Amino acid sequence: MAEGAAVKKKQKVNVPFDYDKYLRKGKLPHIWCPGCGHGIVLKSLLRAIDKVGLDKSSICMASGIGCSSRTPGYVDFNTLHSLHGRAIAFATGVKLAKPEMNILVTIGDGDALAIGGNHFIHACRRNIDMTVIIYSNAIYGMTGGQVSPTTPEGAMSTTSPHGNMEPAFDACAVAEASGASFVARSTAYHMQELEKVLTAAIEHKGMSVVEVLDSCPVYYGRQNKYKSASHMMEEIEKKGTVSGAQAKNLSEEEIGDRFVRGILKQDKDGVEYCDAYDNLIAKVQVKK
Amino acid sequence: MAAERVKKLMQGNEACAEGALYAGCEFYAGYPITPSTEIGEILSYKLPLIGGKFIQMEDEIGGMAATIGGSLAGKKSLTATSGPGLSLKQECIGFAAMAEVPCVIINVMRGGPSTGYPTGPSQSDIMATKWGTHGDTPVIAVTPSYVPEIFTETVRAFNLAEKYRTPVFVLFDEIIGHMREVVTIPHPGELEVIDRAKTDVENKEDYLPYDNRFEIPPLAPFGEGYRYHVTGLNHDEDGFPTNDSKKIDAGNRKILAKIENNKEDIWSCEEVDTEDAEVLVFAFGSSARSASFAVREARKQGIKAGLLRPLTIWPFPDEPLRKAASKAKVVIVPELNLGQTVLEVERTLPGVKVEGLHRVDGEPITPAEILEVIDKYK
Repeated sequence: MAEGAAVKKKQKVNVPFDYDKYLRKGKLPHIWCPGCGHGIVLKSLLRAIDKVGLDKSSICMASGIGCSSRTPGYVDFNTLHSLHGRAIAFATGVKLAKPEMNILVTIGDGDALAIGGNHFIHACRRNIDMTVIIYSNAIYGMTGGQVSPTTPEGAMSTTSPHGNMEPAFDACAVAEASGASFVARSTAYHMQELEKVLTAAIEHKGMSVVEVLDSCPVYYGRQNKYKSASHMMEEIEKKGTVSGAQAKNLSEEEIGDRFVRGILKQDKDGVEYCDAYDNLIAKVQVKK
Repeated sequence: MAAERVKKLMQGNEACAEGALYAGCEFYAGYPITPSTEIGEILSYKLPLIGGKFIQMEDEIGGMAATIGGSLAGKKSLTATSGPGLSLKQECIGFAAMAEVPCVIINVMRGGPSTGYPTGPSQSDIMATKWGTHGDTPVIAVTPSYVPEIFTETVRAFNLAEKYRTPVFVLFDEIIGHMREVVTIPHPGELEVIDRAKTDVENKEDYLPYDNRFEIPPLAPFGEGYRYHVTGLNHDEDGFPTNDSKKIDAGNRKILAKIENNKEDIWSCEEVDTEDAEVLVFAFGSSARSASFAVREARKQGIKAGLLRPLTIWPFPDEPLRKAASKAKVVIVPELNLGQTVLEVERTLPGVKVEGLHRVDGEPITPAEILEVIDKYK
């Protein structure tokens, strides 16, 4: 009896997650460099999608241009690898035309906050139902390591060879201020937390933004003297952040320039854009 | 007995919006810009009435991107703009051409370059329409001259977009965009309306968005179980990026060939007295209105004048032009720019005298100006 219970428990714990269900295996291996955190983000995202139980055919995953924007090519959904900066605008068209679809946008920090910044803030303002996952590695990886809007001041890149002279954007603060109804931050280091945060983001109705602090050991790490991919991940994502629970007991001074992780904003009462549009249609058609 | 057709005095931009609705447009994304703004305004009112969607995006680029997104979701999609907006939309237009996503782009041409003369007419985006986006890009552009024709040509633009899976431009200028003329609204079914071809694959997993068995493969809407990939990268027939040089070459040629091989279906021209024309006028849009008048006057004076009025400017109607110009001593090309279409006419007719007549002062070319040039060759 006791042995039977143990076996049952063991099975429950060890059932391997079936990633193959979601991957286009023929399109692998992926293009990401050894040590890159993007694969971890993808893994957590697939687990979150599974947990929410989304139908694969209902998902449109849109992206822009860059390393992270190659994610849609590897997953078995309706996938749209659009233009640099434009993923959210393309996705807005898909969502509004077919509101029953579940929209996931996988983009980099440059894509979301520099070239696509305008689409980002206005999608937040509209509170249109989509989940934007920013793979935030503070560098332009695909073009070989240029400064991005999230590169810390002073950091080296191929276009800030004397140290970055510009202040960085806080993606979550931008999203909150712009009206996104769900804003969260996690990292590629905190895998379980990331999965939970992504699950909550996908379940949320309205614009949800998840900034995932990620690492680019090849282009950011080498230029900024990190010894290895794991060293970099530990320094930036573990030591560079505090959990929301920890942050509650710390003063701003104690938090310093560390990023706060967890769900930073969750407003369930806001009206979602496509719902608002359906209400509008109902109203004007009655009037007609 | 069939009900009387509705006759309505309407502005060119209104005729455009009505034409779009007749064609089955259910999605509009755009950004306000003079002199095309009324198209978006009217559709922001009318689309929700039929359950369609209008969205004013944060910028011109977003307007084009969302239009493409709406089309991928299966809706006939439209955007409208003018010169500066056309410049901003170009990268997305190239994406639609490369990924073969049908959509219609209205460009109510105003004076350029740059901000130019927003409230004045021009025909100076002819080359920007053809060559504005980078790469060798297929382009279809139609050029109505009259308000009722804006209605019918907008319907035709949607038909061509859906049939050939490509972005299609409707080019007219501020004069007819804001002019009011009587439009007789056709009954449903009276004008041909072409809907997107549906895939007939039995197993959805076998669907190929760029199936090489077809010149124009059917495009399945997102969200119906086909789960394919769309990219602006050179791609294989399954939609995924390819580095295979043979496939890159074939793909680049295929999107151009589908237009080139079907030019005769895409071309539409009006010919007036071209059979024996020794002085041929080649004119489109508002300039063709003046040209039509001038050619009639010239005939009264005994000059063998004729008019070729292309309703399709891209692909360039070179064969119809060669035919119409077979007896011509001279071809006169009046256009509101400093010499764009005239270059295509010269290319088409080597050895034939071609004279351009150009205005860029924000005023239309008058019949008298065209007549003056015709008179030189009597």
